[in-house]
Order: sequence, then C-alpha cells, then structure tokens
Amino acid sequence: MSSTVEIQTDPTKRGHWTSSQEVRWCPGCGDYGILAAMQFLHTELGVKRENSVFISGIGCAARFPYYMNSYGMHTIHGRAPAIATGLALARPDLDVWVIGGDGDMLSIGGNHLIHALRRNVNIKILLFNNQIYGLTKGQFSPTSEVGKVTKSTPMGSIDAPFKPLGLAAGAGASFIARTHDLDRKHMMATFKRAHEHKGAALVEIYQNCNVFNDGAFDAIVKRANRDEMMIDLVHGEPILFGAEKQRGIVMHGGGATIAEVADVGLDAIAIHDEKNPDPSVAFALGQMADNRQSPTPFGVLRAVEQQEYSEAVENQLKLAKKNQGEGNLHDLLHSGATWDVE
Amino acid sequence: MTNTADRVDKTNLDQVVIRFAGDSGDGMQLTGDRFTSASALAGNDVLTLPEYPAEIRAPQGTVAGVSAFQIHISDHEIYTPGDEPDVLVAMNPAALKSQIARIKSGGTVILNIDAFDERNLTKCGYEVDPREDGSLDDYIVHEVPMTSLTVGATADIDVKKRDAERSKNLFALGLVSWMYTRSLEPTIDWVEKKFAKKPEVVAANIAALKAGHAYGETTEMFADQFEVVAAPHAPGTYTNITGNAATAWGMIAAGELAKLPIFLGSYPITPASDILHELAKHKNFGIRTFQAEDEIAAAGAAVGAAFGGHLAFTTTSGPGVALKGETISLANMAELPMVIINVQRGGPSTGLPTKTEASDLLQAVYGRHGESPLPVVAAYSPSNCFDMAIEASRIALKYRTPVILLTDGYLANGAEPWNLPDVDGLPDISVEFTTEFNAEDANGNPAFYPFLRDPETLARPWALPGTPGLEHRLGGLEKADGSGNVEYSPENHELMSRLRKAKVDGIASDIPLVEVHGTGDRDTLLVGWGSTAGSITYAQTLLEQEGTPVDRIHLTHISPFHSNLGEVLKRYKHVYVPELNMGQLVKMLRSEFLVDAKSITKMKGLPFTAREIMSGMNQHIDGVVA
Repeated sequence: MSSTVEIQTDPTKRGHWTSSQEVRWCPGCGDYGILAAMQFLHTELGVKRENSVFISGIGCAARFPYYMNSYGMHTIHGRAPAIATGLALARPDLDVWVIGGDGDMLSIGGNHLIHALRRNVNIKILLFNNQIYGLTKGQFSPTSEVGKVTKSTPMGSIDAPFKPLGLAAGAGASFIARTHDLDRKHMMATFKRAHEHKGAALVEIYQNCNVFNDGAFDAIVKRANRDEMMIDLVHGEPILFGAEKQRGIVMHGGGATIAEVADVGLDAIAIHDEKNPDPSVAFALGQMADNRQSPTPFGVLRAVEQQEYSEAVENQLKLAKKNQGEGNLHDLLHSGATWDVE
Repeated sequence: MTNTADRVDKTNLDQVVIRFAGDSGDGMQLTGDRFTSASALAGNDVLTLPEYPAEIRAPQGTVAGVSAFQIHISDHEIYTPGDEPDVLVAMNPAALKSQIARIKSGGTVILNIDAFDERNLTKCGYEVDPREDGSLDDYIVHEVPMTSLTVGATADIDVKKRDAERSKNLFALGLVSWMYTRSLEPTIDWVEKKFAKKPEVVAANIAALKAGHAYGETTEMFADQFEVVAAPHAPGTYTNITGNAATAWGMIAAGELAKLPIFLGSYPITPASDILHELAKHKNFGIRTFQAEDEIAAAGAAVGAAFGGHLAFTTTSGPGVALKGETISLANMAELPMVIINVQRGGPSTGLPTKTEASDLLQAVYGRHGESPLPVVAAYSPSNCFDMAIEASRIALKYRTPVILLTDGYLANGAEPWNLPDVDGLPDISVEFTTEFNAEDANGNPAFYPFLRDPETLARPWALPGTPGLEHRLGGLEKADGSGNVEYSPENHELMSRLRKAKVDGIASDIPLVEVHGTGDRDTLLVGWGSTAGSITYAQTLLEQEGTPVDRIHLTHISPFHSNLGEVLKRYKHVYVPELNMGQLVKMLRSEFLVDAKSITKMKGLPFTAREIMSGMNQHIDGVVA
C-alpha cells in the first residue's frame, strides 16, 4: 500500500483544494461564500497544497480547515493565533492561515490575537465577524451592538462592542483589511493582498449568520446599498464614495469624518495611504464601523513593512551560531567548572 | 597567603551543614552558590537547599525578608541537604531570629554584629538583644563586625561606601572558607568573570573575600579549622548542577538525540523560569524559545510547533499547568508529541511560589476534562532532571503523546555534583516521519490515514505539513479510527477512548522495572517518588543503623506505573509512602493495587528530614494515625 503515487488533480481547479468532507454549515450561511473564495484564490496563487495550513479555534467558522484539502488543525476556543504562532515559528516555509469568528478571536482569544498582531508573526488571520455566537445558538458577541436582544441578553446587550480593525491598529498590526461574504472577487483580492503581506495580517469579513443574526450587514453590503454605504479604499486615491463619488472622508486631528465634496472641496478629501507609518489613520478608519447606520471602509486600511517575527527569530539563531559556534552537547555539559575523579 | 595551620588545630570532619542567612538583598544565595561550587571542586559530596522569600525585596531587616541557603558537604555520599545545620551565618538579627531554632544545639553561630543595632532588633521583634538574654547559651557564638571590616578592607578601592558594604557577603564567604579550608581561587575566578566590566566591583569583592579569610586566620576567636575531605566518588568528570539547569540541558540533549529542533513555549513563573533563561542562552543549538503572552499561548505554541515537526516543550509550575489543561487535552486528542514540565511549588492558587511541594501529582495524572490519559514521569535528584527530560521526550516522540515531567522547587534550585555522562552513550530517541501513503480509501485510491496506528506501540503516524500527498486535518473533535475524519458515532468514541488508554498503558513494557534498594526480604517497604529520594534513602540508612532495616523503592514513572510495581508492593507487610503533599501517590497505589499502603506527609514548603519520615512511620506503628 505504501506509495507516493497520488491521484493527480489540477491545482488550477477548485476541486484540487476541496477536501472529501461534507460541508456542514447551515444552508445559506455566509461561510460557504468565504470557503469558495479561499478555494478559488488557491487555484490562482501557484502554491502547493502541502505547504498551506489552516488553523482554527472553535465556532462555526472554525470548521473551515476540514473543508480545505491542505494541512490543518481545528484546535480549541480562542487559541488558534497562539497555535499558529508556534507553527509559523517552527516552519517559516509554510503558508499559515488562521480562521475564527468574533467570539473566538475577540472574546476568549482576544489576548492571543493582539499579541500575534503586535509581534507581526507571518500568519494570515481571517476574522469571520457575524456579530453573534452561532454554534452555541445565539448569544451576543463582543461585536454585537448595544441593545441587542439575544437569549443571554433578553433586555438587550449593555456591552460596548469592539471595532476589530481599530483594535488591530491599536495593537500595531502591519496589515488590516475588511471585506464581506457577498463579493467573492473582493474577498479573493483582499485575501491575496493578505497572503502577499510579510507579517501578520488581519482581514475582517462581514459574514451573515442567516439563522441567528440574519441581515446584520444588509444596510451596508446589499447590492442596492453598496454605493452609499461602502467606502472603497484605494491606495493613493482620494477616499470618495457614493453613486456620484459625491462624498468623501476628511481626516482631522485624531479622527475621520464624512463630508460632502461639494461642501469641502476635493482637495480637502483625504488621500488613502495604506503605507502610512502612523497607525492612528488606520485606527480612525477602523473606528468607522457603526454597521447599521453609517458608511464603512472596505479594502486594505493598512499595509506597512515591519520586521516579521519568525525572520527575527531565525536571525537570532544564525547570530548565536556565528557567535557561539554550532551547539555541541559535550561542550555544553562541560561548560561549568568541572573536576576529575580518578 | 601565610598558613597559620600550625597555630590552630585542623580537625577532620566527615560532614558539615552550613546555613547562610541574611536579608534578601545581602546576597546569601550567591554566597551559598559559591561555597557549593568550591566544595564540589574540592571533591566533597554536596547537596543544597536554597530558600528565599516570594517577594523580590521584602521590607529590609524583617523576618519576612530573610533569604537563606543551606549546604551539606561531606566526605561520603549524602542524600539530603542536612536535617540540622551545624553552623549558622546570620547577617542580621532577623536572620538569627528566623533560623536559630533549626540549628543543632551546640552548633556554631556567626553573627554580623554591625547589623545588631536597636533599629534592626526592633524591626524583627527582638525586645532584648539575643546576645545578652542567654538565648544563645547553647551555641558557640562568634561576633564579627563584618560590615565595618568589609568597608575597611575596601578603603583603598574607588567604590562608594554603600557598594563596599554590599560586599560583606563575600567577607562572610571568606571567613567560612577559612574555617572549612576551602580554596578562594574558584570564587576569585568567578568574581573576575562575572564583573569583568566593573573592575572596581571585582576589586572590592576580592578584597572582602580575602579580608574574611584573613580574619579567620589571624583572630584568636576561631581556634578551630576544619576539613571535610573529598568523598569517594566514582571515577569521572564532575560538574555541580541545579535541577533547572539539568532539565534545560536534558531538553537540549533530547533535541540532539532526536535529531529534531527544539521549541520551548513558556511564560515566566517561579520556580520554572530558569529553564527558559537557560535555553534562551543556547540558541546556537537551533533552539527556538518563545516567551508567550500567557501560559495557554505558551502551551498552544508548543502544540503548533509539534505539528510542524519540532520537539516541543512547555515549562511551568502548577498554576500554569491548570491554565494549560485544555491545550494538553488537545495534544492528547490530536496525539501530538509534547513535553510539559511542571516545576512544582506550594499551592493551591499562588500558594508558596518559592517553596517546594509535590502536590500536583493527581493534577498531572488526572487533572484534565474527559478521559485523557497521558504518561507522567518524575525526577528524583537535580542531576536526574537531565535523564528524565530525555526520557519524557523519548516517550512523547515514540508514542505521539503529551508527557508531563514533574520536578519541584527543591530539585530546581538545589545543586549536587554530577558525574557527567558520555554523550556518545546517550540513547537514540529519533523517530521517523511518515512520508508515504499508508492506506487505501473507500474508492481504492492510495490515501494517508493519520490515525492508522502502529500495531505494537499504538502510536499514530506523524506526517508533517510540507509532505506532498499526506494533507490531513487534526483537531479536538473525536476522529474516526484510521481515517482520522471527524466521527461522532458511539462505537468509534468508545474505541478511540480505549485505544488512547491502551497506548499509554502499553508504555509500561517500555520503561525500566522498579528496583528494590535493600535485601528484598524485609517486611517493610518505603515507597517514594520525586525529590523525596534523598530523605528516604537517608531514613533507610538510619533505620539500618538502628537495627530496624527496611527496603526502599523509588518511582520514576507514575503513569503508567512500572510493570512490576504491584508485585513488589504485595511482597511487603508494611508499605509507607512519604510525600510532600497530603497523600496523593498513596491514593493511586491503594486504588490500583489494593494494598494497605500508609501515608507520611509534610506540607511545610520544605523537603523531609530523615527523622520526620522515621517519626511518621512510628506514628503509624503506634497507632497515632491510621
């Protein structure tokens, strides 16, 4: 039976990236679209499936690795960024993706998320934000809006929500982006940018939970609303939106506001600079996420070059070998004061 | 240096126990370390017991701030750091007050009288100066103005008075080195290396050391000089080693022997942090040390590294193991090799962070949710930590399982001479990664089944990301026997639960038998595990001298047990189990083997003395305790 003969499939076809496991999300779940985008992206990336690893925590989204025909690990609640960090440090040769929901990443795993981002470990974190606990059947999450009525908040949630991209900027993330589950092309383009980025990448995906929080993002991402509610960020271009590009973002001391171009003039509109070393600009954009009410930025908020962590680790190993010589066990054991007994 | 040995009598001692005590800023640990090193280099058998407060710097001059270091040196093999010290060096009144009760009646007490002012006496609660109230009448007391003599000795050196005063511990070391005819050279070498960049500190410390030595030599006060000659050690090259250093070196050795890179995920915690520090110094072995954001991430990163094919460790103490529990269970379910090292300390909660205890045994064996059996091994001496780190790694790699190695604060910080092993004689613990298909799927196509077990070891194949064709998904959900796909069926869960248990149980045939120390035909057996080995061995020696000989066994493997353990236990009429907990191993022995094993316990944050073990046995015999 031992053989390395593999059933050959075409890596440029989706089937090459699809595992034999039946996908078991609720019919109509936004996760299907995200899975498809990831599989289609891999038909274009020119990578080998043995070199891709998907690590997830717990939650609906966390089933994702079982459906990708690659290496993967479905781990424990909140810990995927930590486990992925260990793998990425041990094996800098791999593409390590981290999959998790808003409860997984921002509640139980919030600590691991911010530390993975500030260290700039080379992992690509996809945050499936549906603003609800789905797998446990409908409790409010750390991104749910104040007043949300759920099984655990019958009188409405009183917790102020996290804005994940502002949080990422605060943690010093080098790559921050947002996309949504209804636009495969946008997802693929955003995931591709994350993949190309050297260091930690956080991509927030507005993802619909059609069972426990249906339509949470309709006011923004439904086709009819997109022109007025989605702000497409393009590096080097003025940040404009609206059917006639009649509105834009003005940056001012410590924040970003929406203005009518007619009122302020085109020159007052901010030019998007994803490479801006000052994270406060990305923070201001990241905080513009009052999802049901106001226009929200999409695309890459921030993509800056910073020392990638595993590279820094490898550099220290090389330096130690240069300074101390290749490790020798006998020499180590004899490195303290020794004496001989005849 | 002139030798005035003709003026004093040099008496040969077979052993001596010395206790250095002072304020936690007085450098007592360093003093003890240096005396240990010089004694080990002189060929003595040595064992040490460092004790320090949990606070970095408790209020100066108080009993809470006392830091002590006990050292037992001998011309023969010793097993404990000494029941009752013969000599106390007390750098201030608080040190005297907190330590004097431990000192042998008739013992020697050396006081730094410069610290015996009213303020310091009051601070530690002395109403009357103990030198004047007769409370020290049972001791030979030497009053030495160590601080002022040190300042005087360093007068010509360009150091601030405060810095000069700080060298008084070296004065004490010099004095005690003279008393016990220890060479100053190893300490001088060490000081020169340690403070190479601060020549004035080197000069002050060496001046203080020599002044202390000269003081012993020239004053009439010290009429006696003692010598403890070298112990008859087995031939070999020796070094002095602490348990934490031996653990770290064992981990490095395991990586070399397994031919795998080492990954350590760790979070700072007393008394385990020194393992992280030691490994971080040796990145030239290709070791990746990762100081994580918390205990959970430290264990998680180790799981990730294990998936990637590294020999993965996480080091911690009891509170950290509690936090890592869920992650260890994941490694258990995913059947990934990993070594969890618990340097035990007093608990529960923060407990006694700097004191020793062996109360995490049940946590190690049983302390996870679900049925999650895993191997547990325990080191019995500082140098044995080296061997057990290799053994834990061997089992983890061969059986693809998390393994817990238990050491404790006493082993971690205690030191002993170690007959260095020949590196070429260490075992090969390398394993093979799977690189080819091992099964056929339902359609008859070649496939990789990550849970198709080795029929002998029941270990599953270990295939690394990056291996073409063997893509597979691990995880915490129950997996189908063989294929490893998610599987919830009742039959499969029962089968997999039993397979995981059978795999761990089967390791019993792959570990050494437990060895009976003694004649094997006595009616009483002492059973130990962990750091109690020395105290139990010494108790056995004393019992033999008193005409009531007993046999002794010591468990290095606790899950699974040594395969002959039940048979050995059943040979004895009386079985006593001394433990630094409230009776954890004894519970396991009683439930596993239905033997009437009796428990002897201690919960004081200190190792057993041999006498405590003997008195514990007597209490059972007298019917004082059940």
